[in-house]
Amino acid sequence: MTLEERRAWIRLVVAVLGYAVYLVVVLGRVDGGPLVSVSYAGPLLWTVGGAIALAVLAEIGFAVANPRASQLKDDRDREIGHLGDQAGHPFVVIGALAAMLMALADWAPFWIANVIYLCFVLSAIVGGVAKVVVYRGSVPEW
Amino acid sequence: MKPTRVTNRIRALRFAHDEMTQADLADRIGVTRQTLIAIEQGRYSPSLEMAFRIARVFKVPLDDVFDYPDSEDPQ
Repeated sequence: MTLEERRAWIRLVVAVLGYAVYLVVVLGRVDGGPLVSVSYAGPLLWTVGGAIALAVLAEIGFAVANPRASQLKDDRDREIGHLGDQAGHPFVVIGALAAMLMALADWAPFWIANVIYLCFVLSAIVGGVAKVVVYRGSVPEW
Repeated sequence: MKPTRVTNRIRALRFAHDEMTQADLADRIGVTRQTLIAIEQGRYSPSLEMAFRIARVFKVPLDDVFDYPDSEDPQ
């Protein structure tokens, strides 16, 4: 597995784990009241920050455990990277547009923040899945 | 989106050149071994520059390494 493929796997797993932890924590705080009254900001910031830190630590851990593994990034890695980014990018745009419309319609900050977070996570997951699928299969020709 | 139609003789050329390993060839053209495997198996179509680097390692013309079918087969 190349450095970039391993990185794609790490980011995919961390994105799923981070969001799963966030959902468990936030939904665990629902105490019969409305969802918008749940304290979500702390878990959101901690899981976003924790996911970034975990990804960095995992990459460092793999590098330390396999010091002779190739650190090379070549044309194929770059092409697959672009392809994955293109697959995930629409969700970032959807999240931004949805947040803008929700803000204009005076939605609660809870929903706006959660739509943005969900779209970031979907972008990471779709982009990550696209990358690992192409790494395992073939780079498509357009 | 379609798979590459470029075929190659890299595997045969490696064996003809003292059974050069995939790792050796990958090192010489500056790509990962996984990328070389993908090229050999027709799962990745290399850039023109990379194709020239591969041909130069074997000291043969590009046409001796890569082939592209003449006719467009209906998909």
